[in-house]
Amino acid sequence: MGAAAGSAVADKAPQTVGDPLIRLRGVTKTYGTGATAFQALKGVDLDIAAGDFVAVMGPSGSGKSTTMNILGCLDVPTDGEFIFMGHHVESLDRDQRALLRRKYFGFVFQGFNLLARTSALENVELPLLYRGDAKAERREMAMAALDQVGLKEWWDHTPGELSGGQQQRVAIARAIATKPAVLLADEPTGNLDSERSIEIMELLADLNKNPGITVLMVTHEREMAAFARTIVHFKDGLVERVEAGHAQGERVG
Amino acid sequence: MLGTTFILALRSIRRHLLRSFLTVLGIVIGVAAVVAMVTLGKATTLQVQKSIASLGTNVLQIRPGQGFGRGGGGPRPPDFDPQDVEAIGKQITGVTAVAPQAQSSGTAIYEGQNWSTTINGTTNGYFQVQPWPLTSGRYFTPAEEASGKAVCIIGSTVYTNLYKTAPALGTRMRIAGISCDVIGILTTKGQSGFGGDQDDVVIMPIKAVQRRMTGNTDVRLILVGVDEAYSTAQVQASITDLLRERRHITGGKDDDFNIFDTKQISDTLSSTTTLLTNIVTAVAGISLIVGGIGIMNIMLVSVTERTREIGIRLAIGAVANEVLMQFLVEAVVLSCLGGLIGLVLGQLAVILLSVLGQLPFIFDVQINVIAFLISGAIGVVFGFFPARRAASLNPIDALRHE
Repeated sequence: MGAAAGSAVADKAPQTVGDPLIRLRGVTKTYGTGATAFQALKGVDLDIAAGDFVAVMGPSGSGKSTTMNILGCLDVPTDGEFIFMGHHVESLDRDQRALLRRKYFGFVFQGFNLLARTSALENVELPLLYRGDAKAERREMAMAALDQVGLKEWWDHTPGELSGGQQQRVAIARAIATKPAVLLADEPTGNLDSERSIEIMELLADLNKNPGITVLMVTHEREMAAFARTIVHFKDGLVERVEAGHAQGERVG
Repeated sequence: MLGTTFILALRSIRRHLLRSFLTVLGIVIGVAAVVAMVTLGKATTLQVQKSIASLGTNVLQIRPGQGFGRGGGGPRPPDFDPQDVEAIGKQITGVTAVAPQAQSSGTAIYEGQNWSTTINGTTNGYFQVQPWPLTSGRYFTPAEEASGKAVCIIGSTVYTNLYKTAPALGTRMRIAGISCDVIGILTTKGQSGFGGDQDDVVIMPIKAVQRRMTGNTDVRLILVGVDEAYSTAQVQASITDLLRERRHITGGKDDDFNIFDTKQISDTLSSTTTLLTNIVTAVAGISLIVGGIGIMNIMLVSVTERTREIGIRLAIGAVANEVLMQFLVEAVVLSCLGGLIGLVLGQLAVILLSVLGQLPFIFDVQINVIAFLISGAIGVVFGFFPARRAASLNPIDALRHE
């Protein structure tokens, strides 16, 4: 059962059959040109296996957000390879990447980013709507996702009527409604108190176990990172080190 | 995909109901104005044409003098005489009927009731030139016309004022000091296009009026009915030549009479009202364009305001075209809704104004359809730029947007 990441430890993931779900090779990202150019990533190598729960940590400016944007197909590397399920994402155009996101990715943001004045159900339905599901199917899947995050009874509430923790749960429901392969969470607990944070982390850990969604999460907090199986530390645009999270030991065979 | 964007657009409009309404206010007013103006313009044209038609279509009116606003100085040109009338009837082709008129006025008296009215001396030709049916009785007989017998056909206003509801046929009333037999009562024609009551009239054989009232054989007005198959302009030219000869006007001298072509007046007035309608419609149309700019304005603000929302949509997998379509469809749906409200308001305005202005009410399908299509087109044109801007946003920047 392959855990893990980082070119330095690539050889430590022998159980993975075939290629990892995500593979970054020599990924660089440069913003701007000429004298003002800033290199945010300086050649990142990273492998992530399907079913892993990865926490990405590092100080501001270390390149972790840039890496997450690239992993989420929201941005493309300046140079290097990003292979996701065999696709060379760096050579896909904008719309192709959007279709990839639609099919395989779910996003959870620090600021929840729910549509205001829109019911929880409609928010969760949104990605299904873009996928072109029929109304009945859409409703059923959205309700199932809300059920999974424990907010089935709250389906007709708008974000304004929900607490921060509940809003983040709705956001998670939206992210998993399409049954994605990968859930990307950008500081999902950044706006929540510690009790709510732990609830959200437990929810993410549950989703990682069943139905086995690969979770990639950026966080500042060690306690949150501890829920992950693998912790990747970024520093100065490079992967500094990769360690096993506490969850490593609890893993079900 | 269109169904999806349609749902999204409707949801978005529902979320911002007040703003949506304000956005389309310009379109609402523009469409309402265009519809009301065009419809009222058509109603006015119709009204004018109806008024002119009451003068008789294809009728030439010949009067001495040089017509409106001309020939101020000098002696008054002579009236026509009965021979002129006869000559026109006999020598000009394309003439269906000729009716000379000699007018006078006087008081009609019957059993103590007085009514001051117009006395119109003419021939049966008058009823041929501009058909005017009788409610009861008969027109003149040739013998009555030839001898100038004191018989009269009365208009409905005169009848009502003298007789109320009593029978009038066969009675003898006094008119301008002579007594005459009532032989016919005319149907009600209503007001003329120029405001006069056309039914306030007593019609007698011209010879009776000439002999007993005016005291001469002068004819002040000749009405000529023109056959549909002939052009009124050509008949008018022939009559001009004939009358110039008979009145000894030679060489380059101006006519001392004028011929009025009701068809020509009708055409002139119609084209004038049409022109006015077009001008007012153009002004209303400008407000439509202003309304379109209003939509673009608000849509641009909306795109900026919803940058984060667009970021979310892009992040969860909307392709650029879907975002473009969403905003475009939103603009089109908005402007179409505005158009519909405008149509309803315009129609209400038409109903109100046609009641106030005593115009006939018409429902013009064409202008309603056109105005609606234009409002949709405005949505497309003015919604495209903001929509493209929304679609071209970078999802990362959009998500970070506060």
